[in-house]
Amino acid sequence: MGNCVVNHWFSVLFLFCSRTLRKQLDHNLTFHKLVAYMICLHTAIHIIAHLFNFDRYSRSRQATDGSLASILSSLSHDEKKGGSWLNPIQFRNTTVEYVTFTSIAGLTGVIMTIALILMVTSATEFIRRSYFEVFWYTHHLFIFYILGLGIHGIGGIVRGQTEESINEGHPHKCAESFEMWYDHDSHCRRPEFEGQPPESWKWILAPVILYICERILRFYRSQQKVVITKVVMHPSKVLELQMNKRGFSMEVGQYIFVNCPSISLLEWHPFTLTSAPEEDFFSIHIRAAGDWTENLIRAFEQQYSPIPRIEVDGPFGTASEDVFQYEVAVLVGAGIGVTPFASILKSIWYKFQCANHNLKTKKIYFYWICRETGAFSWFNDLLTSLEQEMEKLGKVGFLNYRLFLTGWDSNIVGHAALNFDKATDILTGLKQKTSFGRPMWDNEFSTIATSHPKSVVGVFLCGPRTLAKSLRKCCHRYSSLDPRKVQFYFNKENF
Amino acid sequence: MGQIEWAMWANEQALASGLILITGGIVATAGRFTQWYFGAYSIVAGVFVCLLEYPRGKRKKGSTMERWGQKYMTSVVKLFGPLTRNYYVRAVLHLLLSVPAGFLLATILGTACLAIASGIYLLAAVRGEQWTPIEPKPRERPQIGGTIKQPPTNPPPRPPAEARKKPSDEEAAAAGGPPGGPQANPIPVTDEVV
Repeated sequence: MGNCVVNHWFSVLFLFCSRTLRKQLDHNLTFHKLVAYMICLHTAIHIIAHLFNFDRYSRSRQATDGSLASILSSLSHDEKKGGSWLNPIQFRNTTVEYVTFTSIAGLTGVIMTIALILMVTSATEFIRRSYFEVFWYTHHLFIFYILGLGIHGIGGIVRGQTEESINEGHPHKCAESFEMWYDHDSHCRRPEFEGQPPESWKWILAPVILYICERILRFYRSQQKVVITKVVMHPSKVLELQMNKRGFSMEVGQYIFVNCPSISLLEWHPFTLTSAPEEDFFSIHIRAAGDWTENLIRAFEQQYSPIPRIEVDGPFGTASEDVFQYEVAVLVGAGIGVTPFASILKSIWYKFQCANHNLKTKKIYFYWICRETGAFSWFNDLLTSLEQEMEKLGKVGFLNYRLFLTGWDSNIVGHAALNFDKATDILTGLKQKTSFGRPMWDNEFSTIATSHPKSVVGVFLCGPRTLAKSLRKCCHRYSSLDPRKVQFYFNKENF
Repeated sequence: MGQIEWAMWANEQALASGLILITGGIVATAGRFTQWYFGAYSIVAGVFVCLLEYPRGKRKKGSTMERWGQKYMTSVVKLFGPLTRNYYVRAVLHLLLSVPAGFLLATILGTACLAIASGIYLLAAVRGEQWTPIEPKPRERPQIGGTIKQPPTNPPPRPPAEARKKPSDEEAAAAGGPPGGPQANPIPVTDEVV
């Protein structure tokens, strides 16, 4: 039964994935999944071991051949003698199924395993991505799992020989001479067994307390009033909410969890903050991408009904805060992944406005890759103002940004070719012309490497996995072997 | 919660139950537990359930991720027509399959899980869901010369790309002169070649 210990240890680690620890959500999730797989594996081993064990007990109880097994089985269940029994199957006609369903350990075991299986089948990637609510609500079965785990061992079915009995008659000495145990003059006495005390509660107590504390904290934070100061409806179904909350302070690129009780009581969804810390409000941009977001946008579109109440938990940290640690930063945002960079760029704008010249970052390359620009027209305004700001301050070279439109057709390209001579881009109105298709990272990286031969360049991506792979490869390829020359460091976020 | 297709979750649950039935069956048979022949049944039932549930049905909305290599089983499952399409049939089938495995402790977990899957399938059937096979998309043969664009058939000055209509309209417009065309030419245009 040693693997129960391992099983319990994993449950402990499982619960340690709490969000109050300042780690990236993505790392937590990977760890959670890993521990879940281990729990499933060990549960399987545990159950199979018990199945063999119970079958042996059952056979021993049925055995009439006076073997060691049958004598051990016949040790009495009589409470008067202290209940020093070994075999939990009391009578010859008791089935293992009966014992399973009438003992605490068996019953809790069955309930826990079924809860675990339901949690796992509703948590497969396909179900999670397509029907998130099924996953979310079913996963709350973990409450039954943890409760069951706590009381699983109370019955003391797993028995060991008492110390006293071991001193009197050690199995090494007495196992062979079991026919003589009942003789008064033999060296060995009948062995006595007692139940092992339940131990699982010791392993899960600390994490459960931590988790309960975190839930209480989340509840407390959610009860604090959130004032919505501005609601902006952008084209392509993007909703911007500007809010205020007492005592709320953020860093660039952090995210918050948002709950809207009128839409769903239990669901909390993460959104990156798109405002800068220097502003006196915090904002999020929400794109319609599923049931909850569509309902939220619809609720806010109603002109004549009162604004729904919003609860906010956070902010939680991500790697974006590291952007300002690098002399040269390469920011790549794909689609909706541009949001953390919105916060960073806004923050830079404010820093420039306050003439904060202590910025370590000297140059930023920003790549924005999206399928259609309509979805991000809100970001255009930001880039336009940044352009003007840079010109005013004479720091045109600081921010070098390029937009890539991957969902182009011949009509769009035709337009662009016709308006080639115009100073601003016809699609976005920005000075920088939009490029079509995907960036050629090799060219980009080699240009950056040659322009900054001695710098440490931080590469930040918020986008799909395939893009992360190619960027990581480029980082390795273009980092120079000499540590004093250009080095590319890759940082990835995943939402 | 309105857009949930319960059958998708039932499918995952049933597949997992099949695997659990197989595992329990192997343990019971290998260990020669009492009444181990139920274990043998459980292995067979488990394999059958796994094969039946392996091909994922098509989602009503959105794209469905196929399981690796499922197209072989899809063609087999498709053959049974309404028996496999209808989820009531599946719910009853799974319930019946799960009963014999309930007599043995090693396989009773499989029974419980399959019974739950049966329940979810019943829910799916009540909501009118159906199993539709995922058909492979017909391969588009590249049209030879399909991307060659014809040169413009009307003489200059020509209207710009966004105002360009179909070539047949343009010919008529060019032949008919102004003002029928998309651009009103200030000077009448005639083709001087005789």
